[in-house]
Order: sequence, then C-alpha cells, then structure tokens
Amino acid sequence: MSQESILEVKDLRTSFFVEGDEVKAVDGVTFDVPKGKTLGIVGESGSGKSISALSILQLIDSPGKIVGGEVHFKGENLLDYSTADMRKIRGNQISMIFQEPMTSLNPVYTIGQQIREALKIHRGLDKKDGTEKAVELLELVGIPSPRKRVTQYPFELSGGMRQRVMIAMALACNPELLIADEPTTALDVTIQAQILELIKELQDEFGMSVVMITHDLGVVAETCDYVAVMYCGKVVEYADVKTLFKNPRHPYTVGLLNSLPRSDVDQEELIPIKGTVPAPHEMPDGCRFAPRCPFATELCHRELPNLDDVGEGEQIRCWIYTDEWDGDPEVKVYDPERTSEDK
Amino acid sequence: MTNQQQVEQGDKKQKVENPKVKSIKDFYRRLKKNKAALIGFYTILILIAVSIIGPFLTSHDPNSTNVTERFQGPSAEYWFGTDHMGRDIFTRIIHGMSLTLGIGFASVIMGALVGIPIGIISGYYGGRIDNIIMRLIDILLAFPGILLALAIVSILGGSLVNVTIAVAIYAIPGFARIIRGSTLAAKKLEYVDAIRALGAKDGRIIFKHIMPNVLSPVIVNATLYIASAVLTAAGLSFLGMGAQPPTPEWGAMLNDGRGYMYDAGHIAFFPGMFIVIVVLAFNIFGDGLRDALDPKMKK
Repeated sequence: MSQESILEVKDLRTSFFVEGDEVKAVDGVTFDVPKGKTLGIVGESGSGKSISALSILQLIDSPGKIVGGEVHFKGENLLDYSTADMRKIRGNQISMIFQEPMTSLNPVYTIGQQIREALKIHRGLDKKDGTEKAVELLELVGIPSPRKRVTQYPFELSGGMRQRVMIAMALACNPELLIADEPTTALDVTIQAQILELIKELQDEFGMSVVMITHDLGVVAETCDYVAVMYCGKVVEYADVKTLFKNPRHPYTVGLLNSLPRSDVDQEELIPIKGTVPAPHEMPDGCRFAPRCPFATELCHRELPNLDDVGEGEQIRCWIYTDEWDGDPEVKVYDPERTSEDK
Repeated sequence: MTNQQQVEQGDKKQKVENPKVKSIKDFYRRLKKNKAALIGFYTILILIAVSIIGPFLTSHDPNSTNVTERFQGPSAEYWFGTDHMGRDIFTRIIHGMSLTLGIGFASVIMGALVGIPIGIISGYYGGRIDNIIMRLIDILLAFPGILLALAIVSILGGSLVNVTIAVAIYAIPGFARIIRGSTLAAKKLEYVDAIRALGAKDGRIIFKHIMPNVLSPVIVNATLYIASAVLTAAGLSFLGMGAQPPTPEWGAMLNDGRGYMYDAGHIAFFPGMFIVIVVLAFNIFGDGLRDALDPKMKK
C-alpha cells in the first residue's frame, strides 16, 4: 500500500476460553487503515468484527484473551504497551463509539459530567474549563442549546442525541483514530443518515481516520474508502470500496451483495447465501466458507487459503484466485458473480 | 449579551434543581400510597427526635435508685412504673433510645462501609478474587447471626462498642452479596465499556461509575438491617454480653425484668414493647421503601 497507514493489524488472534475449549473469535485478522481514510469492517453477527475492534483497544474481558498478532498504531505495536500506557491511548488517540446509545451513557451523571470525564482523565481540565469544552463539543456534534444540555441526564435525551453525545465524548481529546462499532444500528433510518454524515464531517474537519464496523453494506458504500469483509473470524476480502462493489471477487462477498436488493438492475428475487454460519467450536478445517460456497472443491474443504494480494491493493482469501485452483476454470475467468447468475 | 447570559444561567439553575427535587417528590408521592410505610417513616422520625431531645426533658434520673419506690406500677409519677431498684422505667427507656438507634445505625453503616467495597471488587474483578471473597462470606453466613455476634463479643469483650462491631460484622455478608450481584449486572452495561474506552482506571470505573448505579438495593437492605441489628444488639445485652449495668439499654432492661415477670410484668413489658416498635417501624418502612424505589411498581 502506497499510502501511509495509521493502523496496521497483522494476524490478530483473540480467543475465548470456555470450559477448557478455545473459541477463536478473531482468527488471524489482518487489515490496514490508511491515514485520514475510513475502513469499513463488514460481516454478519459473530464474524468477529466487534471483537477485533475491542482487541485493538485491548478491552477484551476474561475469559477472552488476545493470543497473538500485532496491532501497529503509528508504527508502534500496541500489544507491547503496558496497561497504563494503553490507558493513555484510549480515549486520547484512539476513541471508540458503541452500538447502543441508550445504554452507553451512565444514567446517574449529567451529559456535562460525562464529557468532562475524558477531558479530566487525559487533559486534567477542571470543572469550569471542562464544562466550557463540553459545551463546545456538543455544539460541534450539532446538539441545539448545548449549555442547557450539559446539565441534563441521559434519560432526557433521544437515541440520536445520545449517540451525538457519545461522539462528542469520543472526540473530546481529538483522537487520531475513531473506532465506530455499529454506530447507527440502534437508530432509525433518518437519524442514521445524520449520524453518518456527522462522522464524515468531523473526519474531514479533524483529519481523523475511522474504522467503521457494520453489517450494513449501505453504510459501507456511503462512508468508507476501504472495506474488509470478515467471515468467521477471518478477513476474506480487502479492497477499496469502489472495487468491492463493482467487482466483488470472494464468493462470500458476492453472496452478500446478491442477497441485497439493487436499484440499478431488475431482479426477480434475491439470492440468499445457503446454509448457516458454522458454530465457533466446529469450524471446518479448510476454508471457513467452503460448506456454503457454491464453488467449493475438495481442496477448499481440505485446506485453508491465505489472504493473498491480487493486485491494486486488493487481498482475497480464496483458492479460486490461486494457481492451485482445481475447480471449474470458468469461475476463475469470469469471477463468481456471473456464474452464479447463470444458475 | 449579559441579559442573555443571565437568562441562560437562570435556565441552567432551574434545570439542575428540577430533576432532583422532582425525583424526591416523586419518591414521597409513591411512599405516601403505602400507608404502613408512611407510619413507619414517621415513627422513625419521632423516635429519632425523642432520642435526641427526650433525655433533656425527663424529670427523673435514669440511674438513681430509690429502694422505697421499688416495683411501682405505672402511675402519674412513674408513667411506666419503676423497676426492682426503684428506677423510673420511662426515663430509662427515653435515655436508652439513643443507644438502641445508635447501635442500629452505626453497625449498619459500618457493615455497609466494609461490605459494599468488598461486593463491588468481588463482582467487578470476578475470577479468583471473587471466589475467595465469596467463600469467606459463605463462611460468615454459615453461622447463625446471634451465635456469630456472641462469638465476636466474647472475643472482644462485652461492651456497647463491641456489640456494634459484632453486629456490623454480621451485616457485611448481606451487603457484599447484594452489591456483588448488581455489580455483575452493571459491569456488563455498555457505559462501563464506554468509560473504559475513554481510558479510565479501574478505581475510577468502580467507585465513580459502577457504585452509584448499584446503591439503590442497598438503601432498602440497610433499612431492614437496622431492624435486625437492633434485635441482635438487644439480644446480646439481654444475655449480658452487651451493655453493662446500669446502662439503660433495652435488652439489659428486659433482662432486669425477667425475674419479676409474674409479679411486676411491666418492668419487662415496656422495654420489650419499644424494641417491637422500633423493629416494626424499620421493617414496614423498609418494605415501603422497596416498593417506592422499585420502578416496576410505578403506576
């Protein structure tokens, strides 16, 4: 990648140890976040997107544990940091906003007190300066009459407002990287658009990089520059957003897109991905997607493909794009999408 | 400009006050619906007032004996009669009220001060720490309350302070367990993750962000514990392990009257009655409090 990366995650592995079993929630995840750009991480529930994000900040609770890999932030491996050093990063250089704005604010403190927390922890601001800054931040995230709002409690605010407050808290110390874990899932559609736009605006204003975790491909198309598609704890495809939507190559990505309604093509019906996600403790030996993949060969079931560069900054974890491919050569020539439409 | 600022300031003040005043009013409104709880509440207020002002108003001395006036029944001079040493029982009860309430409040506060941090730490950190703490708590719980208190008092020696300590130790497990349970639930909430993602230390998370959210069950529990603390303390004094004569402690007075039950029942009756009143008041108030604080009971 020619661009400078602010965050490079290499072979990150996070497991949960339950009753002697190891459940690999994140199993060798690799991706880059170019500086000032937005990376979308897409995948269905349980694919390990949120756990990857929490692993970056090392917020994994027991019985979970980061068992390997590297997380390079501005060239330094965060996994080598001590707990105290890590605390200095959290909320300061890397911030996170969560999915559920209704429960992400502490019900017993006012909005102002909560925004002041971050300022107090990292900047040592006292009450007066903190309140001024909190008002400023609320104004920045588009909350009307901020001076009144700082004295209100979370229950007095709507979901969209609370998510704005969460963003204000995350931005309090001008972070260089913002991790947004499904920031719009719990909001209704019009508010979703507003929040996404707000994040985009703030990103342009402060030159932040953003990791946008979502299961909504629409959100990805609208906000992201690069996309990492995750399936069962692994990145299966990494590409820039235009390439991904125009020319998806991994059968899983193709399946995802085929299952969405499109406005540009007449569709008789949507094509779902057959089967279900394998349970975490009975992962197939070979490609994780092989049991559901229409093109899977004996090789796919037997061996796990690598995440290979296929040119133009695109990476794919699929046997089809390797020399070892032993299935239908047509698939390789025409890409999965067309063949699946023929069916 | 200044005008606008003033308006904004005024606005701000109003907003700061409103929710708190409103929630207190709301709480009182719900408490009022439960007549028994309200009676309990007022009884406690009256008892506290009497225990503070009462000792200055009584005409007799609680400890002066008068052999000629022994075993007097209730009369205009001695409202609750006199005991086997001719002391005025009414005066002694008024003077003993602050002791009884004091032991009740002090032991529960001490128990809560120790039990709450233990419970939070146990719930928050979990794992081995949780296991060790909870097994110790189980051991404490395995003793019947009065036996445990007896054992502690016999180690420390019999005095009112030691009784308070014993009752406090007896109260720790209850607090620790309740708090641990609510902490387990509270630490899973997203705002705890959110504050951690902001870089807060464990201490700050525990005491500033989790504690205020888990305290409401403690308030109810504490009220009910005061009742049982009063009973345990009176029981210990009755057994001679607590207040030493001639302290006008109700349990000790009950013991004084024990030998004259058939001839002068009033000596034991009045202290007993007051113990019942205090315990009952705290119990019904505690029950009412639970209902009033429970959002599910909101109508």
